[in-house]
Amino acid sequence: MRARPYSDPYVTGACLGLVLLAAFVITGRGLGASGAFATTAAGLTHAIAPSAADANPYFARYLGGDGPWRDWLLFEIAGVTLGGFASAWAAGRLRAEVERGASAPRRARLALAFGGGAVMGLGAVLARGCTSGIALTGGALLSVGAWLFMLAAFAGAYLAAPVWRRMWR
Amino acid sequence: MTAPWVETDTTAGALATAAAIGVAFGVALERAGLGSARKLVGQFYGTDLTVFKVMFSAILFAMLGAFYLAQLGVLDLSYVAVPETWLVPQLVGGLVFGAGMATAGLCPGTSCVAAASGRGDGLAVLLGMFTGVLVTGLVIEPLRGLYESAARGPLTLPGWLDLPYGLVMLAVVAIGLAGFHLAERVDSARAARAARAAGGAP
Repeated sequence: MRARPYSDPYVTGACLGLVLLAAFVITGRGLGASGAFATTAAGLTHAIAPSAADANPYFARYLGGDGPWRDWLLFEIAGVTLGGFASAWAAGRLRAEVERGASAPRRARLALAFGGGAVMGLGAVLARGCTSGIALTGGALLSVGAWLFMLAAFAGAYLAAPVWRRMWR
Repeated sequence: MTAPWVETDTTAGALATAAAIGVAFGVALERAGLGSARKLVGQFYGTDLTVFKVMFSAILFAMLGAFYLAQLGVLDLSYVAVPETWLVPQLVGGLVFGAGMATAGLCPGTSCVAAASGRGDGLAVLLGMFTGVLVTGLVIEPLRGLYESAARGPLTLPGWLDLPYGLVMLAVVAIGLAGFHLAERVDSARAARAARAAGGAP
């Protein structure tokens, strides 16, 4: 099946806004992503070294209550993965590939993807969230920190992007 | 009954709701093309402004929707959790996050969509993000001074600026519409350049 083109950004943006609004109305909270990574990290650390995990001020908060695996964001992000898969499948866009510029080596692209991801992890821990939980959710609720984070993240991205331009040529 | 309807976070119903909302979120991201690193980084090279268009449209719809549902008495906004403000950590964290995002080509949520669409770079970003969170969590102690500085609680722009909520919303709408207008002009200028280049070539 031929891959269908992506949908209009304003229409999909509006739909995304309605999903976020539905989250507010149904659950009283917004969307998120990095929290699912954090609770998984806390859960794995706890499985390997329980006392160290309990003593860790960052992980401890994910280990209280019903534990790290009965976590709202973990189930949400599982849904995101499933929804992304179903949507790509329905549109004929499922394809095993490594996206990069025509002259960029595959291994370099994968290394930057991993390294950039790790740097993002550090940033998300410091900021207490990412593009979903802080920028989108907090942006719509007019949180000061969310708008600060959004401006800072765009600034950081515009500063870093020229360094990696070759990856996309 | 006034919304929000589900109050606890870890009942089977709440977790099923989380998964359902996640599915819709994932579909929206994938439809917009944000599971593609090439499309996402286009924002930062000025070649594809989808990130801005999608994000700002979403923020405008959710912001206005939440406000008017509250006005109608359908939604009690005092039960909707406003993400907390931590000025210095979010400024520093935001800069670091953005630099990482432009390097990786995807953000945490879109890396899941990219991986689910079969993209190896999406999986690499996902694993990198997990490693970054794990390592930062393990060595959080020396970062605690920064991490716990400048806490402001659930501070909102109207509260901080001491302006009416509606006025701040109006400003955000105006900024968004001006941004969309600018984005469309950038797009048509690029299309015109491409057409000229194609016309000039043999």
